[in-house]
Amino acid sequence: MIRAGKRAEVLRSNTPWMCLSCYHCVVRCPQEIEITDVMYAIKTIAEKEHTYPSNVGPDFTGVFIGQARRFGRSWEIGLTARHYLRHFPLRLPGMAPMAFGLFRHGRIGILPHRIEQRKQLQAILKRADELERAQ
Amino acid sequence: MTAEHSHLPAENEIRIGVYVCHCGSNIAGVVDVAEVARWAAENLKDQGVVVARDYKFMCSSPGQELVTDDIKNFGLNRIVVAACSPHLHENTFRTATARGGLNPYLCELVSIREQDSWVHTDKAAATVKAKAILAGGVERVRRNEPLSPVRVDINPATLVVGGGIAGISATLELADAGFKVYLVEKDPSIGGHMAQFDKTFPTLDCSACILTPKMVAAGTHPNVELLTWSEVEKVEGYVGNFTVTVRKKARYVNEDLCNGCGVCQEKCPKKVIDEVFEAGLGYRKAIYTPFDQAVPRTPVIDRPNCTYFEKGTCKACEKFCETNAIDFNQEDSIVTLEVGNIIMATGYDLFDARKMTQYGYGRLPNVFTSLEFERLSNSAGPTNGHVVLRDGVTEPKSVAIVHCVGSRDKNHNNYCSAICCMQSLKFAHLIKEHTEATIYDFYIDMRTAGKGYDEFYQRILEEGGIFVRGKPAEITDVARTPEEEGKLILSVEDTLIGQQRRFPVDMVILSSGLEPRADAKELAVRFGISCSFDGWAIEKHPKLDPVATMTEGVFVAGCVSGPKDIPASVAQGAAAAARVLGRIQQKVMSLEPIKATVHAEHCSGCRICNTMCPYNAISFDDALGVSSINAAMCQGCGTCVAACPAGAISGTGFSDEQVLAQIEGLLMVGADGAPLRRSAFPVAHHEAVEEAVRA
Amino acid sequence: MSGYLYYPGCSMEGSGRSYRESLEGVLEPLGITLEEINDWNCCGATEYVSLSTTPAYAMIARNLAIAAGEQKDGESLVAACSACYLNLAKADHYMGKQPALNARVNDALGAGGLHYDPGTVRVRHLLEVILTDVGLDAVKAAVKRPLTGLKVAPYLGCMVPRPDVTGMTSDHDQPKSLDMLLRALGAEVVDYPLRTECCGGHMTQIAPRVGLELIRRLVSEAERLEAVMMVTVCPMCQINIDAYQGEMNAMFHTKHKMPIVFFTQLMGVAFGLEPKKMGVGREYTNASKTLAKALKAAPELALAAAGAPPAPRPRPDKRALPMPTMPQTPGMADSEVQE
Repeated sequence: MIRAGKRAEVLRSNTPWMCLSCYHCVVRCPQEIEITDVMYAIKTIAEKEHTYPSNVGPDFTGVFIGQARRFGRSWEIGLTARHYLRHFPLRLPGMAPMAFGLFRHGRIGILPHRIEQRKQLQAILKRADELERAQ
Repeated sequence: MTAEHSHLPAENEIRIGVYVCHCGSNIAGVVDVAEVARWAAENLKDQGVVVARDYKFMCSSPGQELVTDDIKNFGLNRIVVAACSPHLHENTFRTATARGGLNPYLCELVSIREQDSWVHTDKAAATVKAKAILAGGVERVRRNEPLSPVRVDINPATLVVGGGIAGISATLELADAGFKVYLVEKDPSIGGHMAQFDKTFPTLDCSACILTPKMVAAGTHPNVELLTWSEVEKVEGYVGNFTVTVRKKARYVNEDLCNGCGVCQEKCPKKVIDEVFEAGLGYRKAIYTPFDQAVPRTPVIDRPNCTYFEKGTCKACEKFCETNAIDFNQEDSIVTLEVGNIIMATGYDLFDARKMTQYGYGRLPNVFTSLEFERLSNSAGPTNGHVVLRDGVTEPKSVAIVHCVGSRDKNHNNYCSAICCMQSLKFAHLIKEHTEATIYDFYIDMRTAGKGYDEFYQRILEEGGIFVRGKPAEITDVARTPEEEGKLILSVEDTLIGQQRRFPVDMVILSSGLEPRADAKELAVRFGISCSFDGWAIEKHPKLDPVATMTEGVFVAGCVSGPKDIPASVAQGAAAAARVLGRIQQKVMSLEPIKATVHAEHCSGCRICNTMCPYNAISFDDALGVSSINAAMCQGCGTCVAACPAGAISGTGFSDEQVLAQIEGLLMVGADGAPLRRSAFPVAHHEAVEEAVRA
Repeated sequence: MSGYLYYPGCSMEGSGRSYRESLEGVLEPLGITLEEINDWNCCGATEYVSLSTTPAYAMIARNLAIAAGEQKDGESLVAACSACYLNLAKADHYMGKQPALNARVNDALGAGGLHYDPGTVRVRHLLEVILTDVGLDAVKAAVKRPLTGLKVAPYLGCMVPRPDVTGMTSDHDQPKSLDMLLRALGAEVVDYPLRTECCGGHMTQIAPRVGLELIRRLVSEAERLEAVMMVTVCPMCQINIDAYQGEMNAMFHTKHKMPIVFFTQLMGVAFGLEPKKMGVGREYTNASKTLAKALKAAPELALAAAGAPPAPRPRPDKRALPMPTMPQTPGMADSEVQE
């Protein structure tokens, strides 16, 4: 579609955000096209140009990464809380049993785990951001 | 080797004609050809250049005439043409030279196209390079000697390897022309894959009906000696004079006594799955002929599966044989054949569909390959022509046919297998004939290029059937809705309507691609031909010489050189036979005299060259303690010349002298195009060359 | 004892806690030591690469750089979480294949005083390490309580067999590696055709209808084949199938109850360790009852019987056509599973 001049439609499409990276397409493609990587590329460009149709997907990703960058680790409960509050507030009560269940079995932490060398990580990522922008 | 006894003409006797070709704008667009010719006339006079011309297309008739006329008018005795690669026109100019009355090997062609104008953009530098290349050619040709071709006799007998339709076609052409043919086939009967098919496209002829008459003709022809259940073990010799060692595997049945009655097969208690002829779908006995119309009718005992050979008991076949033809003590026999030419027609193997795990072949019972389906549909097959599911009983109500399985796929075989689209359409028709099933055909493209092929496609379209343009992503038995329960589901994107769809069917047929035989590469080595990375035999020229190979005397026909349909295979078989007949009729063949020779007096007997020769042309004389080269087998590749540590081997037509002279000539021209020094005679004054370079 | 560097991944502390507990428990019987690399950071899962490229790979590469720094003798880096494994392997692979990416990532790493040359650290998945380095025979030998009578569905998930940049599997669709391991523990393994279908990843958070349907397919097929438990290698797969079963049942009006555990938990139980210590019971869809029931019902069998091939199938109908034979050692690269 991009080659047919429909670049804008592609970037506005919801399809790449539905890709779960299962890689079935890549191993089967007779032309060995790395389709999953194409999806990633479309997503990163859509993110940069803000052309994604719905921001549930990009937002989830953004929150996840924002937390991972800050703490050096992902923070499930922080992610879920923020995500549901923003996008599915009415579903929060329904999630309570699951959250409680996970708590009970010791499978979820309340506070985020922070790595020691946070500054190092952030320096690396800051430089990476610069390089990414320059691309 | 009969180089005419001559001495090199004294310096002032050499008269060279130089011809620089424009090749339209191919050369002239980059190299200033007029300037090169002018430069040669002026600066290479002392090297013997008498006339130097430039011309638009030297290979044209008038261009060639320039050469022949100049030889006569100027008394030329050497020719240098600066044009395209010798690969293309060396012969052209050598022939023109011969027409002028000069020995053709006194003509040299240097490439200022592939090696100059086609690879450079700097016109000034390219012109200088052309001058240097030309100077090299001039220096070399001064050392050329007149040569005569080697002549070899042609044995009128021919070996055809492979008894499929291509091999049979070649055999019949040669035999009918009155010449002896040895037809070697590794299976117990000739017939090849075509014997397995049900009907052939586009005529829907019964395959066996059109094949068996040819099989019988080949089997009973007085000029044909059939060696089935046999394999070629060694090929020695050269064109016109091949010595081939064939292993006739033990059948454990005496061919002379056996009358083909078939009682032994009836009485044999041991049943095994027939992996070859029945494509793994049916059974045969331990003593068997692959199919009823086998030629020859003599059965074969499958030793690893025979109860007698395993345990020492049974011998039912022997008991019931009325002519006492069973011979458990029979051994393999080695037969040596002397032939003049060889035609390889060893055919193809089917792509192993188990490799495409997403299609479930081997895991899901009702997924079949094309050959399996041919056997199902064939009335002489394991189900007597009933198209049924793997349970052997149920008729399918819906069948899917998948194109391009293993073909056009970088994960497996990148090429198109040529016949599968037509084969899939044929299947669609056959299924309609045999069942009431709904037919789905999944394709990427419809490749129906041959005569009557697209009309066949249109006919099948009219017969009804659902054609989906999309390659199935997977075939699964996991149902998502009640309608899908118990079915095979194909998941596919219907690209014509732009939707993903799921098709539940009872049976799936995979049109698997064609592959080279599993032992194709070993066979190529054995016969001394080349094959590609995939394993397909390489023709001499894919467009203009599809049945010859780079090895003189060895030809290819049929699928051994690439996937093709039956008409093409038959045509190639006949074409190869025609080429062989041409050779036989000439009785004697001329071979290029560009050969290597061992100078016995310098040979130390180290034998390094013996194993290096890719054509096995070098042998060692124990008595004399020196190596010697068979001129007919030698292809003049030069490997031994370079390898000999004593420098005892020289190449006729590429002697050390000639090569070094050419290098000298190249170095004679400075970067600015001015000549550095005149050549000395004799050649290879290294100090002088260094001096020239420093200047 | 074979020594490896170890990258746990964020889920090991949280939702994948039973994975960690059981993994730590089976190390000794298997003869493996895992050395956790120091101060590792989140690999970014499938999230970061969707937002940007260089920062995503830089984040992963920090871990590779740390691992490289801790190598004493060329040890491999082992990950148990499929996404972590794939991210580490992909980063190493792409940095090796694309010099421009390599340059940018190392530039970024340099800002943190780190550097990583692609190819320095070999990234491996725990399952492959067990099958290749430890070997099925050693696993069988360590089994004290064969899981006879426990009918399981092996669920590998998508990231281990695909895209397989490390060449650890020879079948992208139906690898039998996990099957073989579970059989070696004595369990009865059903031929589960959806063994590498995607569990939905984070789709339950983005488009619940799609995410839950993906889960439903997996669970219903396992149930249809009469498996009582699913076994997996990936924490994401585990939590999806485990924690969302309730919601899934609600949405589709089904009554599925399919516990799912990690393969290391079953290994631990088979090695004679206490199920509770292996984290059994931490599931949302409780597995301890199912496990206990199956083990109680099975008689103790001699060790020699553990890992015996499945009972021969009933004789097919005489009229049936023969099936093609399948190659002997599917799943892992042939040379490795010959033992």
